[in-house]
Amino acid sequence: MRYVPNTEDEVRTMLERIGVPSLESLFSRIPARLRLDRPLALPRGAGEQEVLGALEALARRNACLDTHRYFLGAGVYPHFIPTAIDALASRSEFYTSYTPYQPEISQGTLQTIFEWQTMIAGLTGLDVANASMYDGASATAEAALMAMRVTRRPKVVVSAGLHPHTREVLETYLDGPGGKIVAAARGPDGRSEGVGALVDDETACVIVQNPSFFGVIEDVGDAAKSAHACGALAIVTVPEALSLALLRAPGALGADIVCGEAQSFGVPMSFGGPHLGFLAARERHVRQMPGRLVGETVDARGKRGFVLTLSTREQHIRRDRATSNICTNQGLMLLRATIYLALLGARGLRELAVQNLALAEYARSRIRATPGLELPFSAPVFNEFVVRVADSAPAALARALEAGIVGGLDLAPFAEDLGPAILVCTTELVSRADIDALVAALAGDPR
Amino acid sequence: MTDAPAPQDRDSTTAVHRVGNAARGVSYEEPLLFERSRPGRVGFELRELDVPAVDPAEVLGEAAIRSEVAGLPELSEVEVVRHFTRISTWNYAVDLGPYPLGSCTMKYNPKLNEVASRLPGFANAHPLQPEALSQGLLALIHELEQHLAEVSGMDRVSLQPAAGAQGELAGIMMIRAYHEQRGDRRSKVLIPDSAHGTNPASAALNGYDTVSVPSGPDGLLHPSAVAAAMSEDVAALMLTNPNTLGLFEEHIVEICEIVHAKGGLVYGDGANLNAILGIARPGDLGIDVMHFNLHKTFSTPHGGGGPGAGPVGVKHLLAPHLPVPVVRRQDESEGGGFTLDYEFPRSIGRLHGNFGNVGMLVRALAYIRSLGPAGLRRCAEMAVVNANYLLARLAEEYPPATRGHVMHECVLTDRRLEAHGVTTLDVAKRLIDHGYHPPTIYFPLIVPGALMIEPTESESLEGLDRLADALLDIAREAREEPERVRGAPHHTRLARLDETRAARRPILRWQPAGSE
Repeated sequence: MRYVPNTEDEVRTMLERIGVPSLESLFSRIPARLRLDRPLALPRGAGEQEVLGALEALARRNACLDTHRYFLGAGVYPHFIPTAIDALASRSEFYTSYTPYQPEISQGTLQTIFEWQTMIAGLTGLDVANASMYDGASATAEAALMAMRVTRRPKVVVSAGLHPHTREVLETYLDGPGGKIVAAARGPDGRSEGVGALVDDETACVIVQNPSFFGVIEDVGDAAKSAHACGALAIVTVPEALSLALLRAPGALGADIVCGEAQSFGVPMSFGGPHLGFLAARERHVRQMPGRLVGETVDARGKRGFVLTLSTREQHIRRDRATSNICTNQGLMLLRATIYLALLGARGLRELAVQNLALAEYARSRIRATPGLELPFSAPVFNEFVVRVADSAPAALARALEAGIVGGLDLAPFAEDLGPAILVCTTELVSRADIDALVAALAGDPR
Repeated sequence: MTDAPAPQDRDSTTAVHRVGNAARGVSYEEPLLFERSRPGRVGFELRELDVPAVDPAEVLGEAAIRSEVAGLPELSEVEVVRHFTRISTWNYAVDLGPYPLGSCTMKYNPKLNEVASRLPGFANAHPLQPEALSQGLLALIHELEQHLAEVSGMDRVSLQPAAGAQGELAGIMMIRAYHEQRGDRRSKVLIPDSAHGTNPASAALNGYDTVSVPSGPDGLLHPSAVAAAMSEDVAALMLTNPNTLGLFEEHIVEICEIVHAKGGLVYGDGANLNAILGIARPGDLGIDVMHFNLHKTFSTPHGGGGPGAGPVGVKHLLAPHLPVPVVRRQDESEGGGFTLDYEFPRSIGRLHGNFGNVGMLVRALAYIRSLGPAGLRRCAEMAVVNANYLLARLAEEYPPATRGHVMHECVLTDRRLEAHGVTTLDVAKRLIDHGYHPPTIYFPLIVPGALMIEPTESESLEGLDRLADALLDIAREAREEPERVRGAPHHTRLARLDETRAARRPILRWQPAGSE
């Protein structure tokens, strides 16, 4: 067994030292009738060559960025990943360590988290960011729970364009603590309307997803004002973190908590996980935040270093009164995103966001000019938007697939009222020719 | 040539013995990214845009866009690579040596698993792409569910929870859904006083009051204690088996019967499953629902604090409440293959935006396929032998919290060091000087001065001997030179860090000098 070093001779030596006659006797405290009397019914163990071969065969049965062009986003975005990220994140010192409980020998991880917290604070326009959540959906749910703790109120108002999966996770998380969710209606331009009318003195928070599930950019400032007018918190959840490089910082527009999904920052799509939830807040609410926080301090010789801090909020200290049950989070994904942001920097990230915007604008201009296709929403978008097709969404997507294109998401299960509609995303991975091919496929035969 | 080790450190076995697992070497300094930043540097070049450029202010409106992104540095690729490579050397890691962090099962993370998870067909697939284009991944998920069910003796498994704590949350939610669907409103969850903090936190998130059940003087949960706390208002008992003292809960069957007799269910925290792989199965012991920590038991890396993966397994009675979607194998009449099933009206709902930490599932499957039934059992046996060997070597100087043999970990104490003013924390910090990550300390909470040591099956006999020698050396030093132990670590880049100061005046992000 290549992962277990001890030989039979060594085991005998150890058993002698322990003072037992056999391996079996070490398990004598498990009553015999409770022991499994047969080998587990699993495939036999195998060498690397066989295991890798079998997994390669499974991997080949999936479409992926290497086999198709993707216009599919909807919360998980195909982006280019700089090669340095895999090289650095593959260093054992990072990925075979654990939560930095012993700061003297974990400064690599701790400093990275501190750098991440700084970057996310800057991108969101808030004071404090934590060391990650599981994903954007659970980060949004934790943000809602945090607002309920701060305000001691049960009601959560959500924007019309909250991702349906995020909405489902929110429902799951809020069921136990007794939260009530109310959703705003979608206006004709695609944005939420009437948020203010839903907010009352029972409202803990208003959650606005921006850009929305339909890709449109919401009026965050207005929603924040409505929330604050009734003493509720304003939460912005960001499904596509790249948009933060271009859009005004939610914190500057009045958001009290900004959370979301940072998979776009150098994390592979990986069929939906592991991704990277983030959560940032204002300093006055820091003691109600979920998750790990890293702070700066000094060592016994006065030298700067970093430690996990404010842990009295957490489950291992506070147990049933903790702000969250989260323990292990998404450390390695946080490392990838921090490297990504360091490589791109302020200018690179903004230029990339503008490229995504330009690709979306080009695609939209082609769609507007194509008979049979329409853009149902007039509100501005970032890199994702809804297209209505003439025949049926499945038929249009099937045509795209024939051209080697995963053309987007059929919105029928999520917004039937839109008719045959597809959510299309344009990132830097697609070219003008790809967009032209997609538009032609969605439009179908002009006959 | 100042970087080269002194000759005596290289060759002398006594030198190795004296410094344990460590030797002096090169140590780097490295500022924060922001302090390295210089205006105008770039670390990445974008592709050339082949569509017309746009002015964001024109497209989105001046009011909607930001003038600049604060908080990001400007660096070349060289500097970024050096930065992270240099700070990586400040971390201790499993690939550097033993990491006996009790309850965390810091076993070796096979390289094969990493390669497998990066295969393009796994890493570059989108969760919302059509099912027909995802059959390999759905088959993988389905297969891993089956294997975990077999390993645990549970009937059904969902791989969706992203970490053990989320698996716990899912498990308690299913228990609540089960009771509520029967019109049975219960308000309490019983939790032994030796449990992980996530247990009470997960119960509280479900609106339950938690009741702590005392462990017996032998460290075990006793049927009488459970019976005394059990009532028809108790939704569940959460227990960890083997428990956090490294002991198999011998009375588990009777305890489960007591809970079941009053209509309650039993939650099994799978944190310590590594000790019983192929030897006993939670599902055969009376457990109704449990979570697995793939990053503990099934060798997926701990990643400096995640990502983990916390699949949850249930008996048939809880299966209707599993999180959605569920991967289902279709009959030939339905066209064969695998599909995602959302039709679970009594499901607790969705816990994750997608299907969980799939990249970790790939690694776990690679591990199970590599080891097979015999290999998994061998892991459990060697983990147990290793823990007992360390216990035998250390028991005299570090009196154990329990009597007799243990399973995969042993909990020792600092009782004999007290007289010299040396504590568990000091021992932990001094162990760093010997080149080891310290054990888990001050946990479980019921053992004063606990040192919880879990060597795992990955360590060799001579590796364990060196670790034991280091700990015995520290015990000797505590008697002869206690201030040396109290001042540790001495050989690290940073000395002991001031955690109180960090909490008293929190500095949670970097700000340029001169700013507020």
